[in-house]
Amino acid sequence: MAKFAVIVFPGSNCDHDAYHAAKHVMGADAEFVWHKETALGDVDAVIVPGGFSYGDYLRTGAIARFSPIMQEVVKFANRGGLVMGICNGFQILLEAGLLPGAMLANERLKFSCKQIYLKTEQIDTPFTNALKQDQAIQIPIAHGEGNYTAPQETIKEIENNGQVLFRYCDALGNVSPEANPNGSVNNIAGICNKERNVLGMMPHPERACEMHLGSEDGRLIFQSVLNSLEHA
Amino acid sequence: MFKARVHVTLKPSILDPKGKASLGALQNLGYDTIKNVRIGKMIELDIDASTEAEALQAAEMAARKLLANEVMEDFEVQILEGVS
Repeated sequence: MAKFAVIVFPGSNCDHDAYHAAKHVMGADAEFVWHKETALGDVDAVIVPGGFSYGDYLRTGAIARFSPIMQEVVKFANRGGLVMGICNGFQILLEAGLLPGAMLANERLKFSCKQIYLKTEQIDTPFTNALKQDQAIQIPIAHGEGNYTAPQETIKEIENNGQVLFRYCDALGNVSPEANPNGSVNNIAGICNKERNVLGMMPHPERACEMHLGSEDGRLIFQSVLNSLEHA
Repeated sequence: MFKARVHVTLKPSILDPKGKASLGALQNLGYDTIKNVRIGKMIELDIDASTEAEALQAAEMAARKLLANEVMEDFEVQILEGVS
């Protein structure tokens, strides 16, 4: 059975949601890994969950990125292992250099907590293979610093490589400035690395896996990971 | 012991939402001669080093490794007089 590691930092607060989604909703195996650990153990995929690791001191994700376990996560990713960073987890992966770019405060400076829609841009990745091209999925966001930025050359490169997996859109899948909740360049909500085994996304798929939470669309992302582990 | 000040600022090409909001507030207060606000941070380090050059090197390494994110920020290090 596929096994997810869910990394736990001081200040993580979506770790239990991610564990619940992986284990109780998707029926996979999951275990928590404390940030002071120096080994991941025998796992097939790693989730770096949301929260406010180290109180967001200095910059979001800046301190967590030097936790002992992160060295192992970087090695795991460099060996081709699947790593998903959600919200604060995305910020940590940016700081760790596993993904390109950086996060600024939301354009309107408000912490934004609401249901939004994402347009699926690429389906040839381990994180999106269960989705349809251009499919609009409903997933909530909850962040104050999700305003994705990067040097122009980097944006050009990730766009040309098809590394942008999700963009903020409306319910019909239209990508527009009005549908952009935080000011991210090109409405970018989720990206992967060039090798396509590391995902970072600000929205929370683990909070959208059961209808009583408003949407089940998040399951498609977990299902994609399970599909690709099965075929690996 | 040396005291170092590390000034971390957003790169000029990066929009500064916090600066923009502060500019709006200043203009609401009537400070209409102020045309732009950019917000950064100042970090003070006490460094155990025998020379100023050594202290500077330690501060620069700290800035590169952790204190600044060079994707979006620039930094400048200033070494103040030795403190005991």
